Amino acid sequence: MLPDLIFALFATGILVGAGLIIAARNPMIGMLGMLVTFVNAAGLFILFGAEFLGLLLIMVYLGAIAVMFLFVLMTIDLEFFKLKEKSKAYLPLGLLTVGVLAAEFILAANYGLFSTNVTMLPSGEQPQNIVQIGNVMFTTYVLPFQLAGLVLLTAMVGAIVLTHRPRGDVRRQNITKQVLRTKDESMTITKPKLGHGTGTSVAKHWKPKSVAK
Amino acid sequence: MFYTLTLSHVLTLSALLFTMGMAGIVLNRRNIIAILMSLELVLLSVSINLVGTSYFRADISGQIFSMFILTVAAAELAIGLAIVTLFFRNRGTIEIDAADLMKG
Repeated sequence: MLPDLIFALFATGILVGAGLIIAARNPMIGMLGMLVTFVNAAGLFILFGAEFLGLLLIMVYLGAIAVMFLFVLMTIDLEFFKLKEKSKAYLPLGLLTVGVLAAEFILAANYGLFSTNVTMLPSGEQPQNIVQIGNVMFTTYVLPFQLAGLVLLTAMVGAIVLTHRPRGDVRRQNITKQVLRTKDESMTITKPKLGHGTGTSVAKHWKPKSVAK
Repeated sequence: MFYTLTLSHVLTLSALLFTMGMAGIVLNRRNIIAILMSLELVLLSVSINLVGTSYFRADISGQIFSMFILTVAAAELAIGLAIVTLFFRNRGTIEIDAADLMKG
């Protein structure tokens, strides 16, 4: 009985958080709703015996993605209230889309697509969740695992390339320019006479630096 | 472990969450940030589906695919937020209506 109640609790939390995201006028509140949703989803995952995935959800979503959202919200200074004002215009279309989707789901439920007669398979003595995941992920799914890494690398490079902009006021080392320098353009060889100096422009305008007191 | 809970409850929860995510995408059409958050809801609903099925079928593969969904969601969000930042820098707003350079 208790696990059922806990499931109901987590499910309520998830839906309340989702409602907050949709209805929030201020995106900061929406952010809060997202945190509520994902904490409850992590609890649900742990309830379903997927401890590793639940903890991963907390780490990735609450630790990384939420902070990323907050950073972007911080850098973007907007009057969000003005943004929300005219959004009533999308209400009919939105209701239509959501209504069609909900009708589809209700139909599917009526035709018994949701009432699967899935009985619990006898699980018996099983190793820990993380051991099971490791056993499958690094054998059967090793190639998709590598591809997932590739996707993350692409995302990282893409995000940097997209947001990086060269700034004019910063002195930076230009390696190509350094390597392509020739001897002629960067060096003059003179034979100064005794007592006349080198006679180059640098030497003409050179003054001794004022000595610090 | 559960007495009355079946897979259909989990599927119903997932369907509800999916619908709410879609509603968020359509209703918050002006604000890209809200759309990205709603997109996360949709992906989470799929994840819940997979994990619930994985539990009731005693098959670990669902959790593996849920993890892949997590990866893709993180990557998508990183790129999406980068684009939002870029868009804001160029246009000074994050309204989708401002993205009309292609006259679409």
